[in-house]
Amino acid sequence: MSTNYQLKRADFIFKDENDWEEVLKNNINRPPNELINELISSELKGRGGAGFPTGLKWKISAEEVNDVKYVICNADEGEPGTFKDREILSKVPFKVLTAIAICGHVIGAKIGFIYLRGEYFFLQTELNKAINEFEYYCREIKFDFSIKIFMGSGAYICGEETALFESMEGKRGEPRNKPPFPSAFGYMGKPTVINNVETLAHTYTIFKYGSKRFYDLGVQYSRGSKLFSVSGDTPKPGIYELELGMSLADFVDEFGDDDTKAVQVGGASGFLVPRKRFNETNIGFQGKLVGISLPTGGSMMLFNSSRSMFNVLDNYLNFFAEESCGQCTPCRVGCQQLLRGIKAVKRGEKNAQYLDKMLKLAETMQFTAKCGLGQSVANSFSSIVENFREEMIY
Amino acid sequence: MGKKIKITINGETVEIVKGTSILEAANQAGVIIPTLCYHKDLCVAGNCRVCVVEIAGQKRLAPACATPCDEGMDVLTNTLKVRNSRKHIIELLLSEHNADCTNCYKNGGCELQKLASEYKIMNQDFIHLVPFRNYTIDMFSPSIIKDDSKCIRCQRCVRTCAELQGVNALTMSYKGEHAKITTFFEKAMNDVVCTNCGQCINHCPTGALVEKNYIEEVWNAISDKTKYVVVQTAPAVRVGLGEELGFEPGERVTGKMVAALKRLGFDAVMDTDFTADLTIMEEGTELLTRLKGALVDKNPDIKLPMATSCSPGWIKFIEHMYPSLLDHLSSCKSPQQMFGALVKTYYAKARNIDPEKIVSVSIMPCTAKKFEAARPEMHDSGYRDVDYVLTTRELAIMIKQAGIDFMKLKDAHYDRLMGESTGAGVIFGATGGVMEAALRTAYELVTGREVPFEDLKILPVRGMEGIKEASIKIENPLEKWSFLDGVELNCAIAHGLVNAKKVMDSIVAGTSHYHFIEFMACPGGCLGGGGQPIPTNPEIRAKRTAAIYAEDEGMPMRKSHLNPEITKIYKDFLIAPLGEKSHKLLHTKYTPRKRY
Amino acid sequence: MKPITELIKDLADLHGRDRHSLLPILQGVVEQEKYLSEYSMIEIARELDLPATEVFGTATFYSFLEYKKMGRYIIRICKTITCSMKGEKQILLAIEDMLKIKVGETTPDGSFSLLQTNCLGFCHKAPAMLINNDVFTELTPEKVREILSEYLNRKNEGGQNVN
Repeated sequence: MSTNYQLKRADFIFKDENDWEEVLKNNINRPPNELINELISSELKGRGGAGFPTGLKWKISAEEVNDVKYVICNADEGEPGTFKDREILSKVPFKVLTAIAICGHVIGAKIGFIYLRGEYFFLQTELNKAINEFEYYCREIKFDFSIKIFMGSGAYICGEETALFESMEGKRGEPRNKPPFPSAFGYMGKPTVINNVETLAHTYTIFKYGSKRFYDLGVQYSRGSKLFSVSGDTPKPGIYELELGMSLADFVDEFGDDDTKAVQVGGASGFLVPRKRFNETNIGFQGKLVGISLPTGGSMMLFNSSRSMFNVLDNYLNFFAEESCGQCTPCRVGCQQLLRGIKAVKRGEKNAQYLDKMLKLAETMQFTAKCGLGQSVANSFSSIVENFREEMIY
Repeated sequence: MGKKIKITINGETVEIVKGTSILEAANQAGVIIPTLCYHKDLCVAGNCRVCVVEIAGQKRLAPACATPCDEGMDVLTNTLKVRNSRKHIIELLLSEHNADCTNCYKNGGCELQKLASEYKIMNQDFIHLVPFRNYTIDMFSPSIIKDDSKCIRCQRCVRTCAELQGVNALTMSYKGEHAKITTFFEKAMNDVVCTNCGQCINHCPTGALVEKNYIEEVWNAISDKTKYVVVQTAPAVRVGLGEELGFEPGERVTGKMVAALKRLGFDAVMDTDFTADLTIMEEGTELLTRLKGALVDKNPDIKLPMATSCSPGWIKFIEHMYPSLLDHLSSCKSPQQMFGALVKTYYAKARNIDPEKIVSVSIMPCTAKKFEAARPEMHDSGYRDVDYVLTTRELAIMIKQAGIDFMKLKDAHYDRLMGESTGAGVIFGATGGVMEAALRTAYELVTGREVPFEDLKILPVRGMEGIKEASIKIENPLEKWSFLDGVELNCAIAHGLVNAKKVMDSIVAGTSHYHFIEFMACPGGCLGGGGQPIPTNPEIRAKRTAAIYAEDEGMPMRKSHLNPEITKIYKDFLIAPLGEKSHKLLHTKYTPRKRY
Repeated sequence: MKPITELIKDLADLHGRDRHSLLPILQGVVEQEKYLSEYSMIEIARELDLPATEVFGTATFYSFLEYKKMGRYIIRICKTITCSMKGEKQILLAIEDMLKIKVGETTPDGSFSLLQTNCLGFCHKAPAMLINNDVFTELTPEKVREILSEYLNRKNEGGQNVN
């Protein structure tokens, strides 16, 4: 079914940073409840990939009774094909800092952190400059809030919120059991709001302009705009801000190279959509749209007909087998089994039926793994094996 | 007291306190959920994912051990989804496991094996991963064998070594497919701060960590007609051995144990409890001498508090962690080592046996004793004082191999000369036991009266609290000990190395006011030792404790200084406590070691 | 270059001596030494009053905290899907050919180590690599040879900015 929903560009993220001082001053004088309601009515959902309603997240932490709370900006961008957060932190850092501080005001936190992945070390100098300027202004307006950068050291799993806390606490980045959830028990066991860089940038827009401006973009269940990181077989690689709800067919029309065989939506943890399904796929959060709606962190990798889907899946599984924290059985061993399994089928050491056994294993990983990494491997595994089975066998 | 809530498990309503885990609630309801990484002694990990269950309304399965119950939760533990997932988890574990069961020391006692059997994992389709890893087996330690090819990364050993023992010799390292459990820089176990306590062995579900066994060596010695094989048995063995041979925890099997040892072919079966009594004589005298030196002579070289020295895991711990405080240790050897030194001198002479021909074996609840027996200084008899140390578990194996129907055995008695003991000797096996035994003798020596506790049961030193304190006021002592008049003797008892650390830190900080401290490396004391039957948990240790004290109450003599064989050995051989012969054979020195 | 014990003490003065100070201190040592030796880890354990295994277990978790001796310049080539599609192998071959080392190895003179890493976040300018903390993108075999030559000619330490 083709949609008449056009690809709509938006332009909120990379503009209008100059008046951050005013935005900050105005919003820390508004009561927290008002700000929370603003976020809730905007229907903003997390832009890091999990899509949790941001207003609700801030509300839960605000309601926690505790003297010490934290705001953490998750800048551990590591999902393959995603590079938007780096751009936000380079181009409009003050938006992010302002958003962090406003969140602090809302929930009652005095300290904010930016967990910056080690690979983005080169951003530190400029970001620290921005933080200095920001903290100077906070002192001027007598707003008690400080921000620190915490550097990562090369671990994709530390993008998972509880693994991030463990890392900040000086330990191995092994995800924790949930419950308890970060809003109640986060960094150092204190109530913590942890949000993706882009999510925070969107809250800036909402606090500056009001929720309607954001809400008016996008579609039901997927309000607002999102940054998409486009790469792969495309003549237009780069970062694009688009309204949510677009049809993948329209997207490929715009960004494909006329030979697009498949699109990986949401990185290695996302789904591979084959050409035959472009028309029925819309990009947004799980909801009741017609056709398949996909969760997304915004990574869009295009593959044309020259690409081997076996190589693609092999690359993903290698990635997961290496980056898994290794704690829980389904992920640690499951990733290895899937990786070796597809190689064995390809080499003819196992017959094609073994693929079905592995599909079941991937499903078990989805149900039993301790964190999102293990739970998401099935997404790309199943979508690639089911849609390109012939490429797995020979 | 928490709020009560109602949940359903497999359709049945259960009332529990809010916050109880699904696993505990299921236990209450009589529903068994299999586990691997969960252990009652340790914090919840939730990493093996074996205990996953279905919660109605949730797509993903939840780990029962790590999920707290909520009002109205509808838990299903036996759906198709749960069973299939669990089967997958077990198959995954088996695929990264060296499942060479018939060649494995843990065959028949392995929790993974049990699960595989329960779930009838018979068609193993997954790719075997062990050949792709270069696993080596670490056999360098005299006590512990670490075989990484059998590790399921449940991290029980890591948590045990960190939480229970505070030694932290093991850690999870690397990540992803390379994640494994290692020592610092993957050095051999005997090259790092491992104290040999063996608690990791007690908590390991598979054969990844087992004791180094000397079963064949002992069989060979017994069969060798030219050798005279003497065996000593530790107090805690007699309340644990039964568990391996068909009895419930807490059953006292002393007589049967002696009978079995005789049937195995040992030439003499004697009792470590005897040298426990001897230790009291030596250590009691040493304590009183130190008290005089410190309180009267004000000699700065005399260090108080004095610490007991019969736990070799504790000894290695203090050697690594507090090498500057070694002077606080009693110079007494452990009962095992005293026995070993005496058997090749006193006993050999009395029985007219060439000590060269004596093979000295001990049955211990302990794996660190294997390390202790191999310490270079333990050769005071002129030979290696203790040749082989067998754990309770190894003895059970030998009894089964010999075809002995343990339950049907008639009680037998220890052999003479070093086989007689008192209740004070047997309570060495429980935490607080050394202290109680020492006080029973020392108090009487000093005042001429019995300790002022009913039936000699010094209750303040008993129990499972990590650090216990007790004080006894010395009033109206005998003339010789007049300097102790009015002195409040402050004692402390610590078990589990994590508690030993706390006490030692207070000594370092100068906040400790104790005179005498008993240290045991293992939780519960020796009865919870690294060589005792597996499984171990607080309930089992409590039952073994009750058995030890029951054994004490049933003995004709309850005080070490009344043991006639003790009187005899002093009369015939040692002359006096801390005398020249004692110093040579029964006292030792310690070795400062690196902290890291 | 500071002696390690002094470096660790200064890092601990700066970041604190709590458990949550561990990662910045490990990073600080790696920044100067390029890797964490046994000695470094023991000194950190001593300074923070932590068991040595905790330092080891934590350090080995993170890909950028090397525990084997590394060269002065650590090359990390991205091998994740987009870079892999856009010619990572050719870049790797070019470097292997030029420096005469394979992945995981260090040049005998201790100048370069060659490693692979996962997504660096420059997929729209693939293939990409890091040399220490500096990013190089849109690589070709020729470009890589130029970059490495420039490093080889350096007498001092210090990095360039991102291309």
